[in-house]
Amino acid sequence: MKLKFRLERTPSPFWMIALLPIVAVLITFIISTLLLLLAKANPFETFYYILISPLSSRTSALEVLVKATPLILTSSAVTLAFASGYWNIGAEGQFFAGAIAAAFLGTQLGGFPSYFAIPLMFLGGFCAGMLWALIPAWLKVKLNVDEVVTTLLMNYIILFFLSYLLNGPWRDPVSGWPQSPTIAPSTMLPKLLERSRLHLGFLVAIAAMIVVWFILSKTSLGLRMRAVGKGKDAARFMGVNIGRTLFITALISGGIAGLAGVTEVAGIHFHITDAISDGFGYTGIIGATLGNLNPWGAGVAAVFLGLIATGAQSVSRSMDLPVFLGNVVQALLLLVTLSIILLRNYSIKRVT
Amino acid sequence: MFAIEMRGITKRFGPVLANDKVDFELVQGEVHALLGENGAGKTTLMRILYGLYQEDEGKIFVKGQTSKINSPKDAIAKGIGMVSQHFTLVPPLSVAENIVLGFNPGIWMNPRDIEKKVKEASERFGVSVKSSALVRHLSVGERQRVEILKALYRNINVLILDEPTAVLVPQEVDILFETLLRLRKEGLSIIFISHKLNEVMTISDRITVLRDGKCIGTVAKKDSSEKKLAKMMVGRETFGVTRQLEEGTGKPVLQVKNITALSSKGLVALKNISFTVFENEILGIAGVSGNGQSELGRVLSGILKPSAGQVFLGDKDISKSTPAEITRLGVGRIPEDRHEGVVGELTVEENLALETLNEYTRNSMMNWKKVRAGALDLIKEYQIKARPTDETRKLSGGNMQKVILARALSRKPKLVIAAQPTRGLDVGATEYVRNRLLEEKKGGAAVLLISEDLEEILSLSDRIAVMYEGRMVGIMDAGDATEEKLGLLMCGAKEMTNEA
Repeated sequence: MKLKFRLERTPSPFWMIALLPIVAVLITFIISTLLLLLAKANPFETFYYILISPLSSRTSALEVLVKATPLILTSSAVTLAFASGYWNIGAEGQFFAGAIAAAFLGTQLGGFPSYFAIPLMFLGGFCAGMLWALIPAWLKVKLNVDEVVTTLLMNYIILFFLSYLLNGPWRDPVSGWPQSPTIAPSTMLPKLLERSRLHLGFLVAIAAMIVVWFILSKTSLGLRMRAVGKGKDAARFMGVNIGRTLFITALISGGIAGLAGVTEVAGIHFHITDAISDGFGYTGIIGATLGNLNPWGAGVAAVFLGLIATGAQSVSRSMDLPVFLGNVVQALLLLVTLSIILLRNYSIKRVT
Repeated sequence: MFAIEMRGITKRFGPVLANDKVDFELVQGEVHALLGENGAGKTTLMRILYGLYQEDEGKIFVKGQTSKINSPKDAIAKGIGMVSQHFTLVPPLSVAENIVLGFNPGIWMNPRDIEKKVKEASERFGVSVKSSALVRHLSVGERQRVEILKALYRNINVLILDEPTAVLVPQEVDILFETLLRLRKEGLSIIFISHKLNEVMTISDRITVLRDGKCIGTVAKKDSSEKKLAKMMVGRETFGVTRQLEEGTGKPVLQVKNITALSSKGLVALKNISFTVFENEILGIAGVSGNGQSELGRVLSGILKPSAGQVFLGDKDISKSTPAEITRLGVGRIPEDRHEGVVGELTVEENLALETLNEYTRNSMMNWKKVRAGALDLIKEYQIKARPTDETRKLSGGNMQKVILARALSRKPKLVIAAQPTRGLDVGATEYVRNRLLEEKKGGAAVLLISEDLEEILSLSDRIAVMYEGRMVGIMDAGDATEEKLGLLMCGAKEMTNEA
């Protein structure tokens, strides 16, 4: 008897989904081996440094969480937006809006105690992110302008605005570098653990992730959001105000992405430069997608992304490889994981 | 010898018999109409001829030769072309590019060259198109001419047109008919799918009538009349509903006054419509699909805003109200397309709660316990075969419809708007839905039943109105209605319009 198999569009069983990341690593390994051999690097060693080594010591494991902090925030922000059918590609710009607000408030709130100044910084970052999300949201709701384009374009606008600030009013008076003045000590986020860079922002990120989950699954707004995201016409028929729901979604999503800017400025760098983001907003889109638009999934994905980002850095350092090779393997791993993860919506059925 | 001969064509879609041993003959150089109600199997038969579907049984002869047509490519090679209801043009490309697309030898394409060729073809066939214009700048009528020329350009001698007038305004219909008659003179055979009697009587030489997938007969136009065709088209031999009509002395619940509305394509879909539904009655709206019933349902549900006129619920004008407001005022709505009534990827309980979310929330927090309890009650009461947590899209059509029904009727509406409430449902579910609607009426509600199913209209309604081309062309007590009378009105027969 000849057996035939067919790919069907039904969710895979759970154990298959759990297996997918491992399959992704294996496939990436096979693809990149050739490349690594050409560079005369040991592929096994390379993968060890990318995936295992960052977790092998306390310092580097905590560093993974440091890297993951802004990603958890941007991934949560994008998750909320995408789950509601609002295609916010502007988390990057909203991140910068939050970062600029933090850099500004950080220099102004030096006279206040931390317990007052830090919450105010986060509030300011949230509002700045919201503000940056406002124009695309308004255009979407009032004139039905495609938010993919507008949110994306807003990312470039804020970069130019930042460039103006850094080369004009905020230029470091001492060094003359295009970087903002250092923020006041009382506005720097406290460290969570000794001998590490892990800061309060990590807890804020986890909290934001939980809030996104809470909104989506526990509130009536969340149900409306999911209805709009999954079926706009049906949601409209059932009396959901599509415009208002999308508007609120856009603002909350922008605000959360703005928080990521605060964590980077007040937790890591203590000033802002135009290189402060490692594409956190865009990586948030990957995180949200990898996490299947589920806040917890987005959190796990963000930590995974933090891991391979840390790994890519350490691999070039430890193995004396060109930096870009680490980046290539990192990008390959992401690409393969993203494609593989699509398979979770399919199962292989035997045709009889 | 016939240009096309189809013998004993049978086609099943799952349990549905779409074509049941259909015979069809096309004489070279005639316009042959294929007449029938929606779902009679006209389009299926022609899609088989054009190679889009494969027949389960039966034989096709092209010019006397047994032919197996596996794809539209085969059909075109055998000289058969088809213009479907939904155009298959690429809007950003030019007319000429669209016409030669897939029919251009080699890999090089010289824009000037093909424009010249298309211009020549346009003159040769007498189908005028602007060969250099972009398709997206053309009107619907012009696009249709491009489709026709595209078919002719492939050297066909049989042209199938699937409801070509459905998308056209009257002037465009005249132009189309002129074109068709000229093409016929040049020897082209044309198959014209339609459910409009007057058009069929205008354009065709012979007419084949299909009903419920079966071929009822083929007649020559000169031996036929609109009345005769209507009878062939809708007449069911075994039909008889004897039902007591209650005397309607109720108060008016819904008053529609001079409503005009545009369809999503921007055409006038409702033309100055007025009617009233009283409490304790079912008003049935009959009509062949695409005559404005969808838009009427959408206007009354608050999805489509009318461009003129008023809709009164009691003494409140709801023509500008949102769906949420209309629901709150006591209207239960069943949408024409049940996938527009529920979000498939949400659960059953979520869909049951969404329409009246306020009842299930406290301080914006979902009260999931209450949602679950409410859902369990409704599932039991309406015999829905599903769990509250099941994804709604996995439900059968009948159960999905019951979810919508439960949501619409559970809050004791004073008006029920039911658009095609039993479309696509099996016998059991259909009966269930119909009985529920009758119960609503007995409970005092006003029910507006929009349906293409004449049997349904006749067996449920107290009064019946007929829509044709966006107008109400007749309204009568159910006792005075017969299938033939309604059938004629539905097909726009003029002689009957005066009578009604």
